[in-house]
Amino acid sequence: MYIVKRVLTMFLTLWVIITLTFVIMKCIPGDPFASDADVLPKEVLQNMRAKYNLDKPLPVQYVLYMKNLATFDMGPSIKSETRSVNSIIADGIPASSRLGLQALVIALFFGLLLGIVAALNHNKPLDFAAMLFAIIGISIPSFILAPLLIKYFAVNWHLLPVASWGTWQHTVLPSIALAASPLAVIARFMRSSMLEVMNQNYIKTANAKGLSTMQLVIKHGIRNAILPVITFIGPLFVVLITGTFVIEKIFAIPGLGKYFVDSIFNRDYPVIMGTTIFFSTILVFTLFLIDISYRLIDPRIKLTSGGN
Amino acid sequence: MTNLLEVKNLEVSFKTFGGEVQAVRNVSFHVDKGEIVAIVGESGSGKSVTVQTIMGLIPTPPGKVKNGEILFQNKDLLKLSKREMQKIKGSKISMVFQDPMTSLNPTMRIGKQIEEGLIVHQKLSKTEARRRAVEMIRLVGIPNAEERYNQYPHEFSGGMRQRAMIAIALSCNPELLIADEPTTALDVTIQAQVLDLMKDLKEKTNTAIILITHDLGVVAETAERVIVMYAGMMVESGRVNELFENPRHPYTWGLMESIPDTNAAHKSRLVPIEGSPPDLFSPPKGCPFAPRCKYAMEICLSEMPPAFEIGEGHHSRCWLNDPRAPKVENEVAAGREKQ
Ligand SMILES: Nc1ncnc2c1ncn2[C@@H]1O[C@H](COP(=O)(O)OP(=O)(O)OP(=O)(O)O)[C@@H](O)[C@H]1O
Ligand SMILES: [Mg+2]
Repeated sequence: MYIVKRVLTMFLTLWVIITLTFVIMKCIPGDPFASDADVLPKEVLQNMRAKYNLDKPLPVQYVLYMKNLATFDMGPSIKSETRSVNSIIADGIPASSRLGLQALVIALFFGLLLGIVAALNHNKPLDFAAMLFAIIGISIPSFILAPLLIKYFAVNWHLLPVASWGTWQHTVLPSIALAASPLAVIARFMRSSMLEVMNQNYIKTANAKGLSTMQLVIKHGIRNAILPVITFIGPLFVVLITGTFVIEKIFAIPGLGKYFVDSIFNRDYPVIMGTTIFFSTILVFTLFLIDISYRLIDPRIKLTSGGN
Repeated sequence: MTNLLEVKNLEVSFKTFGGEVQAVRNVSFHVDKGEIVAIVGESGSGKSVTVQTIMGLIPTPPGKVKNGEILFQNKDLLKLSKREMQKIKGSKISMVFQDPMTSLNPTMRIGKQIEEGLIVHQKLSKTEARRRAVEMIRLVGIPNAEERYNQYPHEFSGGMRQRAMIAIALSCNPELLIADEPTTALDVTIQAQVLDLMKDLKEKTNTAIILITHDLGVVAETAERVIVMYAGMMVESGRVNELFENPRHPYTWGLMESIPDTNAAHKSRLVPIEGSPPDLFSPPKGCPFAPRCKYAMEICLSEMPPAFEIGEGHHSRCWLNDPRAPKVENEVAAGREKQ
């Protein structure tokens, strides 16, 4: 029952996002043919507008778009006439998703590890070192970290290749640049969560059972400490997705981010809509999965109850 | 013969921003096999710190054992390595905590929490441990044991959680069970049930129990010996019968004044004695109770009283027991005789 309700709200959310994007997009001044206006004769321009339904009133355009969308057809791109939006997205997915997933894994794994190590060495040198590292990670934006990484690891030390895409070596620096700040945020989050959990009475109970420190930390500490961090994965995902735009530009990665940014400048309406819908679907679906997994980990939250 | 547990001159303190808290000062007592010893005293008198030191649960820092020995089966627990101590915790000595609502892991099934000790200490297989866990759930009087095994703490009531805690503590047949105010957080009717359960299990397994409580009625009903603590010190100790008949410390009198008569003892609770306990940062040189004591003499303020032996195993740290002191009528005893 809960899941059904949750799925319905998911679709409602997506519909709101699509509609809003459509309206806001049309509010941006200018149109896809602005740069051609001086070169092409009036009649040609009019024909081209008609081809993309741009001459019709806004509500009609909206209904036509939604009709096509219902059949998963997001139309052709205006700028690169030969390609459909679907194929543009399909081409961009491999690079973008690889970059995003690698960064997510790096951020989660090292972030959690750093937070746990810091908490278990509370107020000791290791704790201070970890938190200093985290503060640096949070305060340096990725568009500064990325060039620094390129300068040292690629240019000065020749350890890794830079720019373009191909082998796994190409993915290392962009993934690190993208992961750095979420990693730091997760580390701080996990540290404070872990500190709180290790002070709970049930840890004392577990300790009184004669468990080893390892068992104590893993079976009783981490599982409880990780709960609040899971809720944080949603916002983290947003950071990663939007972060990929910047990182893909800097590292010249043939992913979706590049198309997304370019489409806005070009007022390539179908591509703007397509990429936005794609990203929001992923986001909404991720939040859904997080919600479910949270309920699986924490028995106090039941899937049957309406949730709160 | 030899005692099961012997605590000698234990001193524990905590370093805090305000200075060093001397939580336990020169505490010595022993527990025999299969015996129930009660520790009573006001909040902050060092009861929990004393027993948690026995279990090695004092966080260090800020805590520190400054002096003393804790001999368990003639081995000094304070000298054991962490690993050796882990072998004893939960198998030979186990503990039930005050607050059953927060003392169980909220994300682990009750059955699993009972099994853990069995798997670590008795190296039971998963199926054996499971069978034993279900048996323990049944033993502590929780109905539908099989079903309860798979439930989480939030599906248990407070009294049942405390029963589950007792099941965890007794799963490995410990020689010594430490119960730190096991019933304080429970309803009165549930309190009696849980205490009966503990007494019952003690009869069956011959486990010795250290029972911390605020309730003198509970002491009278369950314990064989009692230790009265005040400001981190033992002020009086002895057999329950003897100490209740013939209390020899003004602080004990204060505790007992709240009891109208011994038959209704279980209905009464500890009422506050006027004044407040001394500052544990810099405890007074003399008797810690002197500032609140109606009978305080000059010497009480300047010199710490020794532990006077009143009768066999009955000691009192009060100058009134010195042969040179004036005879003070024991108010509690006097009051009782009048009735
Ligand atoms: N971790 C700690 N850090 C600093 N001081 C502590 C710590 N644990 C206990 N103390 C101090 O030690 C003293 C004794 O505390 P303890 O918990 O043993 O009292 P208690 O007799 O068990 O009281 P209650 O009946 O309230 O449980 C108190 O003054 C307390 O402030
Ligand atoms: Mg206590």
